[in-house]
Amino acid sequence: MILPALPILIPLITIIFLLFNFIKQKWQPWIGFTGALLQLALSVFLAVRVKTHGILVLHTGNWEAPFGITLVVDAFSSVMLVLSGIIAVSISIYSIDAVDRKRQSFFFYPMVQGLLMGVNGAFVTGDIFNLYVWFEVMLTASFILLTLGGEKKQLNGAIKYVTINLVSSLFFLAGIGLLYGKTGTLNMADLAFKLSQADNNVLLNTSAVLFFVAFSIKAAVFPFFFWLPASYHTPPVAVTALFAGLLTKVGVYAMIRFYTLFFVQDKLFWHPLFLWIGGFTMVIGVLTAASQYDIRKILSFHIISQIGYMIMGLGIFTVGGIAGAIFFMAHNIIAKTNTFLVAGLINRVTGSYDLRKIGGLYKTRPWLSVLFMIPAFGLAGIPPLSGFFGKLILISAGFRAGDYVISFVALAVGLFTLFSMVKIWNEAFWKPRPETSAPFEGENNKLPASMVIPVVFLGIITLTMGFAVKPILEMAMNAAVQLLDPRIYIQAVMGL
Amino acid sequence: METLLAIVIGLLYAAGVYLLLRRSIVKLILGIMFFSHATNLLIFVTGGLHKGQPQFASEGIHAVSANPTDPLPQALILTAIVIGFGITAFFMALMYRFYQATGTEDLDDLKEEENK
Repeated sequence: MILPALPILIPLITIIFLLFNFIKQKWQPWIGFTGALLQLALSVFLAVRVKTHGILVLHTGNWEAPFGITLVVDAFSSVMLVLSGIIAVSISIYSIDAVDRKRQSFFFYPMVQGLLMGVNGAFVTGDIFNLYVWFEVMLTASFILLTLGGEKKQLNGAIKYVTINLVSSLFFLAGIGLLYGKTGTLNMADLAFKLSQADNNVLLNTSAVLFFVAFSIKAAVFPFFFWLPASYHTPPVAVTALFAGLLTKVGVYAMIRFYTLFFVQDKLFWHPLFLWIGGFTMVIGVLTAASQYDIRKILSFHIISQIGYMIMGLGIFTVGGIAGAIFFMAHNIIAKTNTFLVAGLINRVTGSYDLRKIGGLYKTRPWLSVLFMIPAFGLAGIPPLSGFFGKLILISAGFRAGDYVISFVALAVGLFTLFSMVKIWNEAFWKPRPETSAPFEGENNKLPASMVIPVVFLGIITLTMGFAVKPILEMAMNAAVQLLDPRIYIQAVMGL
Repeated sequence: METLLAIVIGLLYAAGVYLLLRRSIVKLILGIMFFSHATNLLIFVTGGLHKGQPQFASEGIHAVSANPTDPLPQALILTAIVIGFGITAFFMALMYRFYQATGTEDLDDLKEEENK
């Protein structure tokens, strides 16, 4: 049954078609869009199938479990695949008009599909070294997308991004090496089985900490997040939106996978550490976001703050906590990408990302204001949008588990999040345009449909997640229950 | 043998981190290369060192069944080397492009470039 391999194969085939069609530039966006649409359809089908048939497993090359590479789709992976499909479709449509011709003619679409291939691969793999390989695929595609166009600030941001992410990959590799030396296996299910029976934990701590550092750098957690605001605001907005939605969340996915599946021995050390780190991340991210004036920088610091919530969910480590983290990830991927896309729309009609230079959009573009309000206030946590329920689940899980400090911190950070979103609202939409700023000749431009459609699409999804919380919450709870009991996973992969 | 290799790995990591923190971009890339070499050697050592033993043997040969070498770490290291080499090539192209665009290879100037 080849199903678990399809999320990797579809972007690969799309890349091949895109490269064949390199001459006919006109077809590129449509091939990319078709590939993304197929990906979304497949991931929804996979999610339904996992719900009815249980965990889907593919032993590649027909090598049995601990010896070959297994691809595993469980409930958590299927949720992440659906989200990656939604982002793929949105970015493919948005970049038709948002990315200039020069970039589009130099492998922009193949690289987007390459990034999606790496992300999907990371979500379906059941082998830790294979995870490293997919991380590298994703990373290399992101390097290219970051530097495509060659502007000075892009190169500047790229040096910081490349260095820190390379160091993170090398830490990951060192952790894999040490873990392999200790247990003799790379398969996640086999590791879970072996580690549940071993009791010599001292040797495991080194690799556990190396993994934690590697994934923290990828997920932009305090104190490793400084690469994100230094580099995310430099490429075109479509690229930033793609990165914001997917890259950091793969780091969070890997952390949740590792620390629920096999590194479950040392709970007294790791869970308070997650709570502390989550708390610091939330607070520092949102405080620095509140002090910026460039829309993209505010949103970049904001990503960091929201990652803190997901780490908090992992640290609470009850069904409610992890289900809250998964629901929050889903809501955040959609809303964050959406806010970046809206920032691109704002730039299209005002010519700038600087909040001090723009204003008065509420009068001139009322629909744009609505389109901004949905994701921004969703992120801030205003009911009935999805962010409210995400934070509610997380904070109530925290209170029920007895982690009072972090829950109060999360509540306070929610207030500051609201402040930073209201700041953008005030400066860009509410206040009248400052007299001192130069007039922008494209002010009365009609926004191209291809840029508006994805924003509307993602906004509708945010509204749906808010109004129809129950089914999505059930999916998240189902995934959390599966994650907290590693025996289900081990049973499905190894048959033990 | 493992002790000697462990010391060498430690020295390579130290040299890598030292170079990573230098001012010149070329030294930064060299630092990453040392770092990646140290990591590859780490995988090699933790895979278990057995002097002079083959990894595969056809059936019927019992002399090696006591202590064969593990082939998997070698596959992991090869993959890691190839990934590292591809990324180093990209990083060098990036460094050259940065030098072309800004005329400097001094990392302390990155901050000024950012504010321009």
